[in-house]
Amino acid sequence: MMSPYDVPYMERTRLYYEAQGYTIPYQWAHHDYTPFSKLTKPLPQLRVGLVTTAMPDTEQGRAERKLYSTPSRPVPDSMFTLGLSWHDTVTHTRDVGSFLPIEALLAIESEGGIGSLAPHFQSVPTAYSQRQTIEEDAPVILSHMKKDEVDVAILVPL
Amino acid sequence: MSLVARHLEDSGIPTIVVGSALDIIEHVGVPRYLHTDFPLGNPLGTPFDREMQRQHVDMALDLLNEACQANTVCRSPFSWQGDTGWRDDYSRVTDANRAALAAAGEARRAKQIVMKKTNPKQQIPMP
Repeated sequence: MMSPYDVPYMERTRLYYEAQGYTIPYQWAHHDYTPFSKLTKPLPQLRVGLVTTAMPDTEQGRAERKLYSTPSRPVPDSMFTLGLSWHDTVTHTRDVGSFLPIEALLAIESEGGIGSLAPHFQSVPTAYSQRQTIEEDAPVILSHMKKDEVDVAILVPL
Repeated sequence: MSLVARHLEDSGIPTIVVGSALDIIEHVGVPRYLHTDFPLGNPLGTPFDREMQRQHVDMALDLLNEACQANTVCRSPFSWQGDTGWRDDYSRVTDANRAALAAAGEARRAKQIVMKKTNPKQQIPMP
């Protein structure tokens, strides 16, 4: 049996799209500096926001990949993931709890481990354009989170 | 997603990313990252394994609370219990699928041209 190793997703992606006839490899953003903010209060006093790359399983969510702000309650039974980059030959996304921790965070909220779960969670498309993400999508998500008075955020890409 | 985390953090909202693509996350650089060594699609753990999923959320909250500097990375102790060949399988190009991939690329480009004409605001998903 082969030893576990970290899958080289950047290299695999480059080769995969090269085989599809794309001649210019995708360039992921790279930074020498990473921002860092400290928590200002203990977790039991903080409101937690969530961000996912999965789209809402609604007519609009299935039709158009874009930003969505969706109520966290009731916990969605399903999310739309068709066409997104995940390993569909070995697993599935039928269990929302395996990629969007609403149920777990509600349990932790009821136990007092966090102050609360934000009333909405955010869906963000994995856009090819970094400019789109940085200049348009991220500021909108920030504004949704400020409106929901989010203190800290958990981001879970598929 | 990493770029969104950076933006939120830069705006004063502490963040943690929970994911399974270590090389991409580390290349971009995020404040805090919990790496779960699972096939893409289930970064919180095995489908329907509520106990494992809960433990990953607890680990994420602990890391959010305890990290004291940017680019803090923690690895989950859990591993995928399914097919051991999944690491080799993802997006692998072989002689068996090379022709099909070339055809899929042609079809994708044609679709993107239509998308741009019919709905210019629709975002083209990244590879």
